[in-house]
Amino acid sequence: MEYTPPPFFKRGPSLIARLSFFVLLSLVLLYADARFHYMEGLRKAIGVVLYPLQRIVDVPAEVASGIGSFFVSQSYLQRENERLVRENFLNAGLLQTQQELIAENRHLRQLLDMKERVGPASAAAEILYFGRDPFSRKVIIDRGSSNKVEEGAAVVDDTGLIGQVSRAFPWTAEIALITDREQAVPVQVVRNGLRAAVFGTGYDGALDLRFMPVNADIEHGDVLVTSGIDGVYPAGLPVAVVASIERNAAYPFARITCTPAAGVNRHRQVLVLARLAPLPEYPPAAQQKKVKPRKSRRDG
Amino acid sequence: MRGSGFSNLSTQEILLPVRPLYVVVTLAAALLLNLLPLAGWVLALRPDFIALTLLYWGINQPRKIGFLPAWLLGLAVDVAEGSLFGQHALAYAVMMFSAFALHRRVAMFGVRHQIPHVLVILLLMQVIVLAVRAAAGGEYPGWWYFVPSVVGALLWPVTRFLFTIPLRSRRDPDDV
Repeated sequence: MEYTPPPFFKRGPSLIARLSFFVLLSLVLLYADARFHYMEGLRKAIGVVLYPLQRIVDVPAEVASGIGSFFVSQSYLQRENERLVRENFLNAGLLQTQQELIAENRHLRQLLDMKERVGPASAAAEILYFGRDPFSRKVIIDRGSSNKVEEGAAVVDDTGLIGQVSRAFPWTAEIALITDREQAVPVQVVRNGLRAAVFGTGYDGALDLRFMPVNADIEHGDVLVTSGIDGVYPAGLPVAVVASIERNAAYPFARITCTPAAGVNRHRQVLVLARLAPLPEYPPAAQQKKVKPRKSRRDG
Repeated sequence: MRGSGFSNLSTQEILLPVRPLYVVVTLAAALLLNLLPLAGWVLALRPDFIALTLLYWGINQPRKIGFLPAWLLGLAVDVAEGSLFGQHALAYAVMMFSAFALHRRVAMFGVRHQIPHVLVILLLMQVIVLAVRAAAGGEYPGWWYFVPSVVGALLWPVTRFLFTIPLRSRRDPDDV
């Protein structure tokens, strides 16, 4: 290893020097991305370059799934058709009563002089592939900022909330699933209106309901829906069902595990809901109050 | 025995010179393979084709490839995976360094005995990614995280066989 090349061969900088250069460059990028999210522009540019390649690769996958679905058995289709007809029948009944309820609700809100709640617009999308990063839970969909998919928008399937758009590329978007370790969703228990927050665990099919006191009124099988207080997720989307509760008086909080209502692995189709209108700013007086005690603490 | 020390050198066939375009084509193919929309246990088993390809060229043709293509492909992988920007770039740079530093040693061995070398380098690459994520607050995903490296190392003979197909001389030298 330790030898100097004869000077008449052009070798350029040494191996160690080149390695250090690229390692330093990578560390700078990593730090800028993890701490300050400075790299989104560059990331989008590379995403645009990768998009045609991604599409090329999707062709054989689509062909394979097309061939697979062509050979679906007759009995399976019949069963599915029967199920869909039955579901459609039930839903039609619900829809009729719901229209009546919407009309009644609007009327009551007008009577009470309250702001009307507007249902968010939505766009259908298809899951392109599951995120390959083993440290996070993400899926990539085939709609992006050119289809007005915005960062922060909620994504649902037919049974409940899936996650939130974490990055919007021009033609694709990255969705952080609610099971991702860094995702938190403000929820409300349907039975009694109790508010809480659900955190991802990093595993499929498990969510944590954290910071609930041991004596909190939560029961096995309680349905949790979004509470809408964060201004990100519209209120009332099904999120999870309480699966197990461990109440141990030795700990300040109960250990509550939930199963997500939506099934990302079941379907390819998802719905991206448009972002809600931004919440009004905090009144300035309240903000000052918030800041003051921090200052005094620092001084003291 | 095959693959023990110098006796291997005499049996090594002489390959055609590698054109830069061929390196580019193999790297592009590896990128496409990495982008395949896999899920479930297939994804858990899938080796990092880009790392394997870079390693092949780094060990066998260290003059045809440098740090820059490895680093740029690392950035592309980071964007496609939605991971931290630069983690694979860093890991691939260190991987290329070990390939360049070890290429004379690894070339002495037969294909079967190269597998442990490749395995160690691939594991080192994954450990760097793991360390970066741990520093950024990630959690150890489990032992199966290292399965792609083992699969990749086991695929090393296949990689070598496939990559040398277009480089074998088509004419039989005895014909002349």
